[in-house]
Amino acid sequence: MAAPIERTAETTSIDLESLERSLRRPRTLFSYMMSGLTGAATIGALFPLFSVLYMLLVRGSASLSLGSLRDLPPAAMAAGGGFGNAIVGTFVVVAIATLISVPFGVLAAIYITEFGPETRLASGVRLAAKVLTGLPSILAGVFAFAVVVVTTGEFSALAGGVALALLMLPTVLLTAEEAIKRVPAKMREAAIGIGATPTQVVTQVILPTGAPAMLTGVMLAVARAAGETAPLLFTALFSNYWMSRTVPEFLPKTPGDLMKPTASLAVLIYNFSGSPFENQIALAWTAALVLVVIVLVFNVIGQSLTSRSSD
Amino acid sequence: MSVSPANNGADGAAHLPITGASQNGALIDCNIAELHYGKFRAVRDVALKVKKGTITAFIGPSGCGKSTVLRCLNRMNDLVRGFRLKGHVIFRGQDIYASRIDPVAVRRHIGMVFQQPNPFAMSIFRNVAFGLRLNRYKGSIPDKVESALRQAALWDEVKDKLRTSALALSGGQQQRLCIARAVATEPAVLLMDEPCSALDPIATRRIEELMSELKKRYTIAIVTHNLQQAKRVADMTAFLYVDTTGGGRTGYMVEYGATQQIFESPAEQHTQEYIRGEFS
Repeated sequence: MAAPIERTAETTSIDLESLERSLRRPRTLFSYMMSGLTGAATIGALFPLFSVLYMLLVRGSASLSLGSLRDLPPAAMAAGGGFGNAIVGTFVVVAIATLISVPFGVLAAIYITEFGPETRLASGVRLAAKVLTGLPSILAGVFAFAVVVVTTGEFSALAGGVALALLMLPTVLLTAEEAIKRVPAKMREAAIGIGATPTQVVTQVILPTGAPAMLTGVMLAVARAAGETAPLLFTALFSNYWMSRTVPEFLPKTPGDLMKPTASLAVLIYNFSGSPFENQIALAWTAALVLVVIVLVFNVIGQSLTSRSSD
Repeated sequence: MSVSPANNGADGAAHLPITGASQNGALIDCNIAELHYGKFRAVRDVALKVKKGTITAFIGPSGCGKSTVLRCLNRMNDLVRGFRLKGHVIFRGQDIYASRIDPVAVRRHIGMVFQQPNPFAMSIFRNVAFGLRLNRYKGSIPDKVESALRQAALWDEVKDKLRTSALALSGGQQQRLCIARAVATEPAVLLMDEPCSALDPIATRRIEELMSELKKRYTIAIVTHNLQQAKRVADMTAFLYVDTTGGGRTGYMVEYGATQQIFESPAEQHTQEYIRGEFS
């Protein structure tokens, strides 16, 4: 091994000193400093997140019990109680929102990618969706209030669902569009080449291939909607009672129940956190913990679907 | 005729009226006077007749429009915005560009195999059964899948793993799977757009052997960049060239004839130069 080094030394004579890594060199020093800075910024960014989670765990787990997940909210001075109806209400309102936003979002995405990709309607829809993603959630609440609450004369789960659907729609539409675009053009061609009609291309090839990525979008939209408070204040309002009189049923027995004010975790947290009563404040913490766990579960499901589909 | 796709039964063959008058034994009579993509004139003056049970090869330099011509034969070009055709393509005595013809029905009679193997992201079985299911095939789908895979010389390699993903197959296997998928619905014609250009020499050889086997049942038209391949497999060869006079790049057919004649005694000078490898 000595020979080649010798030869290089003869011909070009590199100063080995200049290759050395040393803190005395400004370049090396700068590199270390920047590494330190990015590391510190990362920790700084994570700090609020983890402190929120820590507080939630510490204070939320204090009154976490089977009872708190199962019982009705306590009256002002009462002990015990829980937020079972708010958990059910959250799921019901989000389910309504999903049932409204997913068909509209996915079908619109199919139209703007497959049937009229370069039409004015498509670019209009795309622009509207992008604008809507930044819509302040309170405006969605005001809109649903005007459209549903005022016309039906009642605060209701349906009105809450409409408000959340408005917030979910752009996310569902844009991620579905992305998912459809990611289906390779050669698969589309293959289907057309063996005589598939446009409908068959969509139902047999595009939707099955794009489904995991679309579900990711739905899950992320659901996670966002489940945590929204402002739009529900005007629409679903709150209720201290179960939606349906027969308690543990997940879905309400009659559609009439969807037309009544409905509890949700987000609004319960909002109401109880401002309460002067210890018990209600403690329950607000616990409800917050439960809500974060629910949102987290939807997020994780969404992420795992994407990572699987990108294999 | 407006064919409602949902009702296309296995008897789909009835959708295009088969008039006995096949022009001198030609299954396809293609006459493209002019073919435009928007304002761009891509191809002019291609006229040829494809005989039943033969392999016809389209050769020529890049950009000469050979793929475009091939895609005309089953109306795949309809998908391109601004596509216009002046001329006709008569298949079994019926102009497939007539306004009453449903392009979807045409493609069920004239199948296509593409340059890149393009199996669907589903199991091997479902890939082959895909076309059958589109057609609401009434018979036994597993039997049909087996026979298609046998015709594509793939059965022995995949018979034990029909339920596994088609994407796990090698490139050559995937291309044979695409051939199986195309022949499962028993089209009259198979169009192959450079089917071997993404494959290694051994896989290419297998596909070529397969083509000679398939022409007993199907009429084949193939686009190829590989002159030797055309020489090996094709009965008839069409040579296309690019006309750059007048600023555009328009492909046109220089010569069409028996493969042996095209390769050994081409009538046109352009053909001669191309065959001898003086330009590509």
